[in-house]
Amino acid sequence: MALMKVKFDLKKRVKLAQMLWLLYWFSVMSGVLVFSMGLFFKIELRKRSELMDNNESHFVPNVLIGVGVLACCLNAFGGKICYDSLDSTKFAKWKAIMKPFLVACLIFNFLLIVTAVLCFAMRIPLEFTLAEGLKNGMKYYKDTDTPGRCYMKRTLDLMQMEFRCCGNNNYKDWFEIQWVSNRYLDFGAKEVKDRISSNVDGKYLMDGVPFSCCNPSSPRPCIQQQITNNTAHYSYDHYTEDLNIWKRGCRDALVSYYGGMMNTIGILVLLVTILQIGVMIGLQYINTSLSTLVNPEDPESESEGWILEKTVKETFTDIMAKMKAMGKGNQVDEGTNEEAPAAS
Amino acid sequence: IRSYYAAKAIIQESKNTSPKLLMRAFCPSLATNRDKLAQVLWVLNWVSVITGITLFSLGLFLKVEIEKRREVMSKEIDSVPNMLISVGLTACAINFLGGIICNDCVDTSKFLRWKLLMLPYIICTFFFTFCILLGALMCYIMRSDLEESLFWGLREAMLYYKDTDMPGRCYIKRTMDMLQMQFQCCGNGGYRDWFHIHSLPNELVIFRRLRSNVEGKYLIDGVPFSCCGLYSPRPCIQHHITNNSAHYNYDYQTEELNLNLRGCRQALLEYYTQIMHSIGLIVLVIWLFEVSVLIGVRYLQTAMENVLRQGDPDCESDGWLLENSIADTARYNFNIIKNLGKCYQVDDDPNIDVPSTSQQTQENVPIKQIPVAR
Repeated sequence: MALMKVKFDLKKRVKLAQMLWLLYWFSVMSGVLVFSMGLFFKIELRKRSELMDNNESHFVPNVLIGVGVLACCLNAFGGKICYDSLDSTKFAKWKAIMKPFLVACLIFNFLLIVTAVLCFAMRIPLEFTLAEGLKNGMKYYKDTDTPGRCYMKRTLDLMQMEFRCCGNNNYKDWFEIQWVSNRYLDFGAKEVKDRISSNVDGKYLMDGVPFSCCNPSSPRPCIQQQITNNTAHYSYDHYTEDLNIWKRGCRDALVSYYGGMMNTIGILVLLVTILQIGVMIGLQYINTSLSTLVNPEDPESESEGWILEKTVKETFTDIMAKMKAMGKGNQVDEGTNEEAPAAS
Repeated sequence: IRSYYAAKAIIQESKNTSPKLLMRAFCPSLATNRDKLAQVLWVLNWVSVITGITLFSLGLFLKVEIEKRREVMSKEIDSVPNMLISVGLTACAINFLGGIICNDCVDTSKFLRWKLLMLPYIICTFFFTFCILLGALMCYIMRSDLEESLFWGLREAMLYYKDTDMPGRCYIKRTMDMLQMQFQCCGNGGYRDWFHIHSLPNELVIFRRLRSNVEGKYLIDGVPFSCCGLYSPRPCIQHHITNNSAHYNYDYQTEELNLNLRGCRQALLEYYTQIMHSIGLIVLVIWLFEVSVLIGVRYLQTAMENVLRQGDPDCESDGWLLENSIADTARYNFNIIKNLGKCYQVDDDPNIDVPSTSQQTQENVPIKQIPVAR
């Protein structure tokens, strides 16, 4: 009635132990891989934390780093156990902690699955953080003389060139903010005075975008001023012209960049989970096969191995019964304690 | 010579008598030096195969980097990458063979297979190391070639910048823009190069803004957007650059951050020089490694040959680089070549009579004996 019972002789046990030792070392590498992916993700978030208003949550990369380190330790330990299982004297010292270790592995696997789900789900809070951060970033574009914000212009320009995007949702966001510093505006000129007085906040707004929005693939030199004015440029219609500046919004571009990264990391963590489940099952087989030797003194005797001693349902009811018994045991203890003082 | 042979025969006989057992008891520990050398050389040869692969991949990397910017170079610089690629592949093959030979040297019976091949192999590898050195040196002298190629290539690219509707040249604008943005450079030697180039397509120019109407071109003091400096505190000024009154609070002679001041030729040259210096350094290290492996193989070869000559595989044998000094070896080899020539001359002449053939045998004897006496 055991789950997936398999008969083992010495040769099969030895082969299983060797294969499992190899797989454990492979798992240690995959733990290192998960750790380094977490580190990489953390660094990528840090690089652009200015655009996220220094407000981004580093929860997921931290979890990945922790899980990676834990995976390395657990798998190295498991590899040592496998190596010792070939020799019955050495294996005897591990016998006592095999069961707790396997339970720990099971919990760790659940943790890995949760991490993978987190990776996929982090996209949503990231989108909100980016929207807020980019809006503020664009507001501070012109403040190149304010300490603390003087590099915002460079950061935004670099980002727009690297990710081939313009503005928050699209290029029209630049029309709504003043991105030219007052230091470079001639307040005596009529044109400047007209523009400032044309809106409530007294901002110098224009239908132009910074140079970093320009698309190098455009066949004509970049038109960044008077974009919506068709008559200002020869042979130009801004409705049909789509190679002039980048049409995509930067929030979109960044979310898809980070989203792609997180999807890859999530898929990788799922693959590592599958590997971990595999080695856990293998270790359970080794454990059971070494504890059910027909003749304990003779290492060459046959034995059986299984994943669960009873079927899944029975194991589950067993666990529930044990937990209930533990609970009842406490209650009975309390009852006797109450009677004893009463009796005395 | 006769007395030498007599002496050798006496020594051989004495070797055949009882001391041999005693020597056998001592010898095995001495013979393992040779085995250790063979094993170490086997490992080193495999490491050299990996360094050969490294050389190959370095050449490939350089070739790819040059191909990426092929459009701004007037002529193909493929001598150095091709040299590195071929040297890398040859190094792999030679060291692979060397590994097999060294592996077989542990066993004297297997060594017999390679006995005749080893000396030519060592000579070939010796000349091959010169090729590696040449590869390293070429990395350092490629600079002037590259500079000239970049100068003409960039000049041409800037001329064709506006021809986005001509097939074959339609991507030059994009290439040039991406280059200027990536390397933060502008123009060939500086941003003024753009002033001499007619960068607007003809049909887009409606005002005749002439500085000097040379050959009917419209020259303007403007640069493409990709020349804009990233560190500038003010929005980029790319038109009317030399006109101070066109912009508020602007003096183009003191404004340093507005445009990229470095020329693209300079920027690309520095970039490629850095790559090639690193590659040259790595190739020099690999060259030193190969020479040391070659020296080890030479020692092993002479030790194995001496073992065969002694006839006792368990005893120690001497190894050396050259049996005599360099001058003697050179003289000896030169003599062989001279006598080879003499040999053929005498053989082919049918008019030479019997007395001169005895002269010929007398001449031949020294030639034949010299290799044996080695």
